[in-house]
Amino acid sequence: MREHTIHDFETGSLNVHVLPSTTYKTNTLLLHMRSSLDKDTVTKRALLPYVLQSGTEKHPSRKDIRHELDELYGATLNVDVSKKGENHLMTFKMEVANEKFLTDDRPLLERAIEMLASVVLHPRTLNDAFDKSIVDGEKRALKQKLASVYDDKMRYANKRLTEEMCEDEPFSLFVLGDSEDLSEIDEKSLYDYYLEAIENDQLDLYIIGDVEESEMETLISRHFGALGKNERKEKKVNKAVQKHRENSREVIEEQDVQQGKLHIGYRTYTTYDDADYFPLQLFNGVFGGFSHSKLFINVREKASLAYYAASRVESHKGLLIVMSGIESNKFNDATEIIFKQMEDMKKGNFSEDDLEQTKAVLKNQLLETMDVPRGFIELEYHNRLSGTERPLSGWMDEIDSVTKEDVVRVAEKIKLDTVYFLKGKEEAGNE
Amino acid sequence: MNKVTFDQLQETLYHEELPNGLSVYVLPKKGFNKTFATFTTKYGSIDNHFIPLGKKDAIKVPDGIAHFLEHKLFENEEGEDVFQQFSKQGASANAFTSFTRTAYLFSSTMEIEKNLETLLDFVQDPYFSEQSVEKEKGIIEQEIKMYDDNPDWRNYFGLISSMYEYHPVKIDIAGTAASINDITKDMLYTCYETFYHPSNMVVFVVGNLEPEKIIEQIRNNQAKKDFKAPEKIERFFEAEPEEVHEKETTIKMNVNTGKSLTGFKDKRPDKQGTDLLKHELSIQLLLEMMFGQSSENYQKLFDEGLIDDSFSFDYSGEYGFGFSVIGGDTDHPEKLAGRVKEMTNEFISGNIDKGQMESIRKKKIGYFLRSLNSPEFIANQFTRYQFNKMDLFEVIPTLESLTEQDLENAMKEHFNTETQMSICYIKPKGE
Repeated sequence: MREHTIHDFETGSLNVHVLPSTTYKTNTLLLHMRSSLDKDTVTKRALLPYVLQSGTEKHPSRKDIRHELDELYGATLNVDVSKKGENHLMTFKMEVANEKFLTDDRPLLERAIEMLASVVLHPRTLNDAFDKSIVDGEKRALKQKLASVYDDKMRYANKRLTEEMCEDEPFSLFVLGDSEDLSEIDEKSLYDYYLEAIENDQLDLYIIGDVEESEMETLISRHFGALGKNERKEKKVNKAVQKHRENSREVIEEQDVQQGKLHIGYRTYTTYDDADYFPLQLFNGVFGGFSHSKLFINVREKASLAYYAASRVESHKGLLIVMSGIESNKFNDATEIIFKQMEDMKKGNFSEDDLEQTKAVLKNQLLETMDVPRGFIELEYHNRLSGTERPLSGWMDEIDSVTKEDVVRVAEKIKLDTVYFLKGKEEAGNE
Repeated sequence: MNKVTFDQLQETLYHEELPNGLSVYVLPKKGFNKTFATFTTKYGSIDNHFIPLGKKDAIKVPDGIAHFLEHKLFENEEGEDVFQQFSKQGASANAFTSFTRTAYLFSSTMEIEKNLETLLDFVQDPYFSEQSVEKEKGIIEQEIKMYDDNPDWRNYFGLISSMYEYHPVKIDIAGTAASINDITKDMLYTCYETFYHPSNMVVFVVGNLEPEKIIEQIRNNQAKKDFKAPEKIERFFEAEPEEVHEKETTIKMNVNTGKSLTGFKDKRPDKQGTDLLKHELSIQLLLEMMFGQSSENYQKLFDEGLIDDSFSFDYSGEYGFGFSVIGGDTDHPEKLAGRVKEMTNEFISGNIDKGQMESIRKKKIGYFLRSLNSPEFIANQFTRYQFNKMDLFEVIPTLESLTEQDLENAMKEHFNTETQMSICYIKPKGE
């Protein structure tokens, strides 16, 4: 395994993590702004990064920013919002070519850092508010995006399951907010919220590429120096609520679709900071995470009921979600097989070989993820998010040390919560 | 073994053509955990009319058979799934079928030799039975239904069948529930014998490895197997008119948000090699200049409320077909298509803006460098380029050499809104 040495330093309230590496032909910058998932701020946070990337003091429109990026040899700037447990992240990512591979040798990295800093710290403003035309345009685009979640049935089913399953928990909030709250936001209220977020969010900047730590300290303090050192209101660690439902329930919805979407939510009562985290990862691998797993073999290969049947774990909330696309009249057959696989896991009906196979695939998957700058940051950020010290270099040994008993113990904790089924109408036709 | 060095990119590529006709490429990548290998045949969804190996008369086969064959190769005579074997060796395996290619692949950070052996052997050891063919139909039917519910996929294929009257590129890659029902094990063997001859295939391996050893291993593996003498494969395509088949198609679906895609069809898609590379890069530059995020037009379309960040464009070209597509989600599908047409006309009646061209050229060079971080990109694109007699490592020199005149020529030839343009709309039902 390749050695990863991260150098950490602080610039004001910004936590900087530098990973020097010569593997890539590009340099990556990624800034996470984290706060708690909250009904009052979720929609603003879904809108904010899109407004910020659409105009800075120096480059007042999207077109100007994009033109500057083209000039930086097609540097990319992507913004995104995501949910990790009950945390809401606004993410700004830039990738820029390493000038070493270009005939042109201007300092591309510094210009990229400057651009990222200006997007986050020096937005275009007019009278203590954002530019109204930018905010209106981005509100319209977000509204359209919210409406079109309905059009992607897998995503829709996942959203609906989460809403039903976690109804009184912050986790039920949709990552993009909701369109009612959106209509209340204007250029002034969003700007006020922006000031709060800069003041209180936990800020982590990752830099991966052919760089030196000392040079990064200079560049970051030059461009992010405006961030003062202050007490963050945001808690260092934000642990998710774990609710318990006595009896599981079933939610069935009907729509004009060709394929039924079966999404099943379980509570694992195991999160990243628990000792049982890796046993849970192995549970998921044997049960449904891969193409050798029980769900794939039994729902797809043996019963021909589906093209996909898989499970995944929400590491910071403690959920396990099963997903499968099936014929609408095969609900009973599919759930029966899936529940049987879960029972078998709890009873320990899987072999040592199954476990070994899963270890091999899981380790491989992690190593591959670490090959990609974005993947490496994602894994590393688990530690920041949960306040856990679990260096990536130790993960392989932790996986190897998991026993069958560990997996069964984790399985026994898992409880069925909600079965959601989006089914087709009787005479479903799509024309 | 041949060795080619690309100084500017700091890459060295190794190549050997084996006695049975198989082409092998190895690209060492230092610093990566992962090895990625593809085994690809020049056989895709469009190859449905051909003379079987060793026969005299042409046959037509059901739509979706290349994709069906891809699924079935994963199962061996004992009914075991080769996914199992890969995962025991810590690899994840997959495959895909496109218009012109079927690729089998694995990625792994361990047991590279074993995994490579598994890849070569399972693809070259077909086993189909009536029973296993029948069983697969249920799985593929669900795959087809999943795509039937996907508005982006429907929009894309709706557009292609609007542009093309006869060419099989208009057929959905997986076929239809009815067409796959006609597939038999004998047909699969016929297609297999014809198109999976080593002389019609390419192996590409990229990762942290020793090229001599890898090539040696493949050489030995192939020497143990017998193949018939290679023959030139005769494929047949009905004559396709130069102009588009239909100017407009509308598909009504159960969605909230409409979509609009505009396509331009190449008049004479007979280019290969350097000509095709030049043509495709020119069209890509032109599309960026016309509709990229740094263009006037993008800003206008956004400000007019016609697009959101799903708006995109792309060019696909192979021997026999070539087209560009432009569009995305919109609340006003007709208006968006109308504006795309106006903007295209406006652009082609003007002169190429030299400054903008340089800026976009830089952007494309940077994008290309960035994609060389991805072993998947390298292996898949390289193979595609090989099948079209192009060279992936000529991309940067070609981009650097494109002149305004090249762009003018490509523009005049490709973007004709009178005869070469089609539109496909997705509209919510009930509108």
